[in-house]
Amino acid sequence: MTQTDVRAVGSGLGRIEGPAKVTGQAKYATEQDDVQDVAYVWPVPATIAKGTIRRIDDAPIRAMAQVLAVLTPDNAPHLQPAEDGELAVLQSRTVSYRGQFVAAVVAQTLEIAREAAERLQVEYDVEPHDVELTQDHPTLYKPDQVNPSFPTDTEQGDVDEALGAAANLVDHTYTTPALHNNPMEPHATLASWDGDELTLYDSNQGAYSAQQTLAKLFGLDPAVVHVVSQHVGGGFGSKGTPRANAVLAVMAARMVRRPVKLALHRHHMFAVVGYRTPTIQRIRLGADAEGRLSAISHDVVEQTSTVMEFAEQTALATRIMYAAPHRRTTHRLARLDIPTPRWMRAPGECPGMYALESAMDELAIECGLDPIELRIRNEPERDPESGKPWSSRSLVECLREGAQLFGWGDRDPRPGTRSDGDWLVGTGVAASTYPAYASPSTATARAAADGRFVVRIAAADIGTGARTALTQIAADALRVSTDFVRVEIGDSAFGQASLAGGSMGTASWGWAVTKACTELREKVERNGEVPVDGIEVQAETSAEIEARSGYKYQGFGAQFAEARVNIDTGEVRVPRLLGMFGVGRIINPRTARSQFIGGMTMGLSMALHEEGVLDLAFGDYVNHDLAEYHIAACADVTDIEAHWLDEHDERVNPMGSKGIGEIGIVGTAAAVANAVHHATAVRIRDLPIRLDKLLGRLPG
Amino acid sequence: MRPFQFVRADDAATAVQTVTANPKAKFLAGGTNLVDLMKLGVERPDLLVDLTRLPFDSVDVEADGTVRIGTNVRNSDLAAHPAVRNGLPLLSQALLAGASGQLRNMATVGGNLLQRTRCVYFQDVTKPCNKRQPGSGCPARQGDHRNLAILGASEACIATHPSDMAVALAALDARVAVSGPDGDRETPLAELHALPGEHPEQETTLRHGELITGIAVPPLAYAERSAYRKVRDRASYAFAVASVAAALDVEDGVVRDVRLAFGAVAPKPWRAHAAEDALRGRPATAASFRAAAEAELAAAEPLRDNAFKVPLITNVVVRTLSDLAGETS
Amino acid sequence: MQLHVNGRLHELALDNRTTLLDALREHLGLTGSKKGCDHGQCGACTVLVDGRRINSCLALAVTLDGVEIRTIEGLSDDGALHPVQQAFLDRDGFQCGYCTPGQICSAVGMLDEFDQGWPSAVTTGGQPAALDAGEVRERMSGNLCRCGAYMNIVPAILDVADAAAGRSSA
Ligand SMILES: Cc1cc2nc3c(=O)[nH]c(=O)nc-3n(C[C@H](O)[C@H](O)[C@H](O)COP(=O)(O)OP(=O)(O)OC[C@H]3O[C@@H](n4cnc5c(N)ncnc54)[C@H](O)[C@@H]3O)c2cc1C
Ligand code: SF4
Ligand code: FES
Ligand code: FES
Repeated sequence: MTQTDVRAVGSGLGRIEGPAKVTGQAKYATEQDDVQDVAYVWPVPATIAKGTIRRIDDAPIRAMAQVLAVLTPDNAPHLQPAEDGELAVLQSRTVSYRGQFVAAVVAQTLEIAREAAERLQVEYDVEPHDVELTQDHPTLYKPDQVNPSFPTDTEQGDVDEALGAAANLVDHTYTTPALHNNPMEPHATLASWDGDELTLYDSNQGAYSAQQTLAKLFGLDPAVVHVVSQHVGGGFGSKGTPRANAVLAVMAARMVRRPVKLALHRHHMFAVVGYRTPTIQRIRLGADAEGRLSAISHDVVEQTSTVMEFAEQTALATRIMYAAPHRRTTHRLARLDIPTPRWMRAPGECPGMYALESAMDELAIECGLDPIELRIRNEPERDPESGKPWSSRSLVECLREGAQLFGWGDRDPRPGTRSDGDWLVGTGVAASTYPAYASPSTATARAAADGRFVVRIAAADIGTGARTALTQIAADALRVSTDFVRVEIGDSAFGQASLAGGSMGTASWGWAVTKACTELREKVERNGEVPVDGIEVQAETSAEIEARSGYKYQGFGAQFAEARVNIDTGEVRVPRLLGMFGVGRIINPRTARSQFIGGMTMGLSMALHEEGVLDLAFGDYVNHDLAEYHIAACADVTDIEAHWLDEHDERVNPMGSKGIGEIGIVGTAAAVANAVHHATAVRIRDLPIRLDKLLGRLPG
Repeated sequence: MRPFQFVRADDAATAVQTVTANPKAKFLAGGTNLVDLMKLGVERPDLLVDLTRLPFDSVDVEADGTVRIGTNVRNSDLAAHPAVRNGLPLLSQALLAGASGQLRNMATVGGNLLQRTRCVYFQDVTKPCNKRQPGSGCPARQGDHRNLAILGASEACIATHPSDMAVALAALDARVAVSGPDGDRETPLAELHALPGEHPEQETTLRHGELITGIAVPPLAYAERSAYRKVRDRASYAFAVASVAAALDVEDGVVRDVRLAFGAVAPKPWRAHAAEDALRGRPATAASFRAAAEAELAAAEPLRDNAFKVPLITNVVVRTLSDLAGETS
Repeated sequence: MQLHVNGRLHELALDNRTTLLDALREHLGLTGSKKGCDHGQCGACTVLVDGRRINSCLALAVTLDGVEIRTIEGLSDDGALHPVQQAFLDRDGFQCGYCTPGQICSAVGMLDEFDQGWPSAVTTGGQPAALDAGEVRERMSGNLCRCGAYMNIVPAILDVADAAAGRSSA
């Protein structure tokens, strides 16, 4: 072996698939040119929010030239029951939300499939619907647990008494709107049957789990289902598990006995792929005269659908952020006739920390304290609820070092007093956090006689740079240069692996890759040389991950924002964002920086632009495209910096890395809202911060 | 999208004839609105007549200073043309504030004027809409209307006209050159778009088959002292939530003449005559500018979620005119 | 009909409804141009037509007889990357890569527009002597990136502009 002591982890290796991506050669789900004779599927969404399909007049559509099939609840294959109710596509005549798929057309060409789907007449028996989330919704109930398996409520001490006795009190309700993931590549599947074997080229965040889920759903042996996802055009949680597109594609391909492509239209995505629930969050903070918290209470109201329960863990971060003897968190759900909300980047932490960190800013003002100092005063020594020690926690350092870089030091705390021409100017800070999870994965490492290595793991690279980071991790474990290592991912055949979700991809896959490669290296060393047919080692990490306990594993960060608000129009601009993160070892500074900045950009977008506008009469998100649902454009992003501490955490996992995909979006919106308050003295407690909410309230 | 026949027009007369002869035929220019709406099923022509190879592709400045712009001049070329950029800054700015670099490379003058509302119900054929389906109702009134009209709307329809360019042209008193089955005519831009009244489906005064061949912008002595200010929810690549096109002529601190038009607040580019009348002869001060804006907006009928447009337009008028007054003094 | 793409002539029988984007992706196997919205709202489908950047999802293929179409696949020359492609690699100007071909084609078109002296919405006064970050941000706003790579895309494009102008940037 060509051994090297130069460590690849920590170097800014360029993306392995970079050249393929910039030349247009990288093949995303439906772009496989070796699959021939493909037909096209176009789904038909329900045009009512609640009711039953009375009749589908599919005869005229079937009669159209080049239409190959019309899938309806009457002829769709019967599926096995699934935990995920959204996968029961065309399994009944019940309509549970507007936009739910009620049929699909398969045709020779895309144009004809779309036309035919548009022409298909569906008659309904309509029932009255209820789509509006309110704080006192009559159907509010307490779910058994919140996503994925946290207690719904927690309570310690006597919160009400402590709040009653507090010298400084903040009691406000914050709301966040429905947010739509909107990965740039729509959810898409190319399904192809070869006899009884099914191959799916699918855009997802985990080929292995997609394989397992779909095999079960169709009553197939997973061995005959092959899911390939080489390149994925973003997911942000919405491709975490298969969505209706994959189910319809499999059905359609079987029915027409040809490969089919189904790429969702952007409109469909606002109904069927999940979104972040709107939230209504009441936060109460009680503190003594010095700003020491005595009580923290966070009560969350959010929505789920009638199809299945999804309970966002919105108050989760409040359980760990600050010390206080009296504390309570609750989650209540309204079951509405709306699409099922699902994961979106940092589910729980992202909306929850907007509320908590806005309230902390309000408390700082109440106490006459610098908001950084307030947070430092309430730093908990251990996880406040479980009492577990932190594997590492660097919030205070993040706040201090971030403040230094941002130039927080000479900040005048008075709100609404600075301007530059027509613009009011302010700065704000918020804390950030995200757990360091890990989930069991399998990796195979193979040494070839020529000194090269191939590592296989069913990881997904949704833009995170996973392929690149794993190459570095593998190279270090093998003690060779990355030039000798090829990492193959995105294939269900490579065995069980974590999703690209929960910011645990690199930790989970890296753990398995480290284990497999270390074992392989030892084996090769024992052997002395690699035989002609190579040496292969497979490793699996459940035992190691199960053994991980006793500590609370969590990343932290601090986000700083400068906001400018136009005195005439209320337009908000954010010329500067700075994030400082303590998230263990950074595997690849180049791609990590991109991830942090990407998360912060999405946080900026959430702060200023994003809102799914619900129409109460129709029950759908009416701004269902990228012209009406605004995400940050290039001109919205002026300067975003991401930095990190040199944090060493030997306890979290063998790489010492905590995960970086989500923490960047946590706290950004609060930092911006706090900066807007500092600029204008107007507190926006309802995202997004749009000009109409500021206009007329600005200091003259 | 429904199937359609496609022909390319080689001369204007044939184009007009072809469309006139078929009630379901449409002209196709840059396609950035028509193709979009065809995909949505909102437009269902059975014949498209491609105009883009017709020779209406130049910008000419006539002896009297009139600027003639062929309909096929792309929005990006028009914004960059020296006569427009230097002589008609408000028009150049309005064009550049619209859409994106790619779309401006496709969009034409006639297409831009005739683009249709962005009302979300209009764009969704599974919902009622009086404009799309007369008599079916207007869900926007109760539903999403944050970006719909406060001026000139009707019980039947509160849609806004989304164009930026047209707002600048309205302020400039542009005329539209039209070629129809009965020959050529010119109509003031102010009369091109119709207010909805009881017939929101009738958006323009053009007859079926009439072709816009270009526009003429008459000379305006103080056009160089003009500006277009667009307010939008995102820093770029977003339709206006309100916009103001203004040109100002001040002498000795007194407003000698003024042009004002508002965008994104009405079913058509909204020429603010009441405001102009209120300003002429008044001192060029923020107070008069505000009074003028208020005079125009007295007629505003804001709804639940778009009332903010009244103070917004007022403030933008004051700021834009104050800036222009500052430049002139 | 005939489509000239990346210097090659293709003879195609297409539905009148087929957009240039679908012609490229579904008929010519040129899947580098991406479909993010299909309605002119994202820029992922940006290609160059007679050198000018457009949204290929809103252009009907039948209208493009006789024009020169250049896609991401036609930018690199025999394996040598176009300077904009190289700059995107150097600056990590992408994550998932789905908006990337559109960003790159758009940047190529945009640099040419700037060279021709075209103004933008943020241009004040005369033509700026050099492209700056504010100009690039405005001119590139027709290309959305959900991964949020703008902070790297802008310097990548400035690198190319500066190199062409014989300046070096940080
Ligand atoms: C995402 C997006 C964002 C946008 N943002 C903005 C914005 O911020 N500001 C703005 O102003 N606009 C914006 N637009 C709209 C854009 O400016 C228009 O779509 C464009 O100007 C239309 O021009 P076109 O040549 O493409 O028209 P087409 O789509 O070809 O035609 C539009 C209509 O005009 C008719 N027509 C075209 N030419 C003629 C003619 N010569 N005579 C008679 N009838 C004719 C057509 O039959 C059709 O009904 C945006 C569009 C999109 C897709
Ligand atoms: S405002 Fe006009 S366009 Fe919109 S729904 Fe009402 S009638 Fe239709
Ligand atoms: S796919 Fe053409 S602009 Fe989005
Ligand atoms: S790189 Fe993913 S959308 Fe831009």
